[in-house]
Amino acid sequence: MFVQHPIFRSLAALAILLLIDLIMVPGFFHLEIKDGHLYGSLIDIANRAAPLILAAIGMTLVIATRGIDISVGATVAISGTVAAMLVGGTMVTNNGTPEYVANTPMWLALAAAMGAGLLCGAWNGALVAGLGLQPIVATLILMVAGRGLAQLLTDGQIITVYYQPFFFLGSGYLFGLPFSLYIVAAVFIVTALLMRKTALGLFIQSVGINPVAARLAGLKTAVLIFFVYVFCSACAGVAGLMITSNIKSADANNAGLLLELDAILAVTLGGTSLAGGKFNLAGSVIGALIIQTLTYTIYSIGLPPEVNMVVKSVVVFVICVSQSAEFKTMWRRAFPAARGGKAQ
Amino acid sequence: MSIPAAGPARSIISSPYFTSLITVFLLLVLLVAGGAAYPGFLSVQVLFNLLIDNAFLLVIAVGMSFVILSGGIDLSVGSVLALTTMICAYMLQTWHLPPLLVIGIALALGTVFGAAQGALIHYFKLQPFIVTLAGMFLARGLCYLISINSITIDDPFFVAMSQTQLPIGDCFISPGALIALVTLAAAIYVAHCTPFGRAIYAVGGNEQSALMMGLRVARTKVLIYAFSGFCAALAGVLFSFYMLSGYGLHAQGTELDAIAAVVIGGTLLSGGYGYVAGALTGVLVLGAIQTLIAFDGTLSSWWTKIVIGGLLFIFCVVQRVMTMRANKK
Repeated sequence: MFVQHPIFRSLAALAILLLIDLIMVPGFFHLEIKDGHLYGSLIDIANRAAPLILAAIGMTLVIATRGIDISVGATVAISGTVAAMLVGGTMVTNNGTPEYVANTPMWLALAAAMGAGLLCGAWNGALVAGLGLQPIVATLILMVAGRGLAQLLTDGQIITVYYQPFFFLGSGYLFGLPFSLYIVAAVFIVTALLMRKTALGLFIQSVGINPVAARLAGLKTAVLIFFVYVFCSACAGVAGLMITSNIKSADANNAGLLLELDAILAVTLGGTSLAGGKFNLAGSVIGALIIQTLTYTIYSIGLPPEVNMVVKSVVVFVICVSQSAEFKTMWRRAFPAARGGKAQ
Repeated sequence: MSIPAAGPARSIISSPYFTSLITVFLLLVLLVAGGAAYPGFLSVQVLFNLLIDNAFLLVIAVGMSFVILSGGIDLSVGSVLALTTMICAYMLQTWHLPPLLVIGIALALGTVFGAAQGALIHYFKLQPFIVTLAGMFLARGLCYLISINSITIDDPFFVAMSQTQLPIGDCFISPGALIALVTLAAAIYVAHCTPFGRAIYAVGGNEQSALMMGLRVARTKVLIYAFSGFCAALAGVLFSFYMLSGYGLHAQGTELDAIAAVVIGGTLLSGGYGYVAGALTGVLVLGAIQTLIAFDGTLSSWWTKIVIGGLLFIFCVVQRVMTMRANKK
């Protein structure tokens, strides 16, 4: 039954939020085309949510193996800083017209930034899969030290980028839609195909359900876990590039601050249990959209921004409690007639 | 340590307090190295200042020790600290309530906040991580609902507490540091000499077995989180003495500092293993690193983060190697 599908609750939550927007915010669903680009609140939400969706996709796989990665924000800061430092942008005068050129070719800068992200993932993966540290401690190390490293690179300064093509990544448009949406779609489709069409998804689930049994069954659990952390950091690396390109600068202190926590929330809201095992990629994307829509709604219906965190936490409490098995039992006991109905 | 030890050496290595011993040893190495490099580093007052500056962190780490010993985690403590400074400042400055009443209310609110989280965790079988994460957002958000600006505290009692210097020999210690030490002593007593303390270790070791042994798991778990909330609120009161202001941005990331301190102090995150006293060594190690960097003066603030991360790494690896050895025997 569709109602019992795990994704139903998250979709319902998103629908309720959009319904509130429909009533409270005039012109919320209005889309218009300006200069060949599509504009509107929905596009805006999707565009702003892009880095969070990326982080949430990576986090889903980590959580599916019973892990957790709290270094995502630090990885964002590191990859963004590397990209901004290498791209930089200096002004040269070309035939009398000022022009900005990149310090290093952009593809090289992007590759180096992704390399730094992958390195972060390899470090986390080595600690969790190789040494067998608890994921939260292993990634706590990079979370503490990572921002320090990024600040060390920039000498504590905010690095500004002046190179036009680099901005395309975060704020460019392709065929009328924000370019970032294409990146998100590509990452999501590739990940979903890997999980559905290959055995990788099944392997990751079995590691999450019982790591020892998975190993005894002949799975290379260490390699799988290592891969998952590298993948998560790669997603964070792309998110870092996107954020840096969007704000046209790298701020080692604040880029991606608390992103890991939002990503974990998105995954939980999407119906994936933190206990590992079953996971739901599409649910995580919806979870990220819920968080972004919630923020947008709070701002646009005129509530003070300070309310944002309170509302967010209350929504999380409600969703978590309503998803728990204990709540369903209590509900059934209280309303025996509603047996089989949806527990909400 | 890779050399297999024999005889008495082996019994020390395999004893449960070995990891804690390593921490104490490392702390001494840090202090001696600091004393050798910077004249004046090893003065008694510098050591007391470690306590004075980190009193709030010690109190939080004591509460966190209980939570981690029971196999849980509490991410909300930093926000509860900030919320407490905010509540104290608001009630003192706007309502002009007597300071002792304000402190009482703040401590009660922190305890209730923690107990509510514990109840959610136990009765709905939710992950401590996600519940306290939401609690962290909630408490931070409530700070901003009170005010988005910093509120200065000019209550005479708070000012007196922040300026009093209790003399010990030639040196002095602050009332806040004294309160932190008393809290630590009380927590050590509770953890190691009371049935409640034994129940915490039992729940952390294996909740299922604890339940079958007839321990009151529900009561223990709710009480643990209530105690952590109380400690966070107490730390908030100490922090208001220290900073004389309430602000929603106070103590960001303190929950992770506290977890790091507890882990460095030799407590395993999987629960059931470690000592509450480890919180003190952990906090002192973190404080000593920061003081070393401050004494050096040429190192930038980001080196603090890198060095703390590096040290955490070393500790986790040492702990891990130790447990692997213990499991092999």
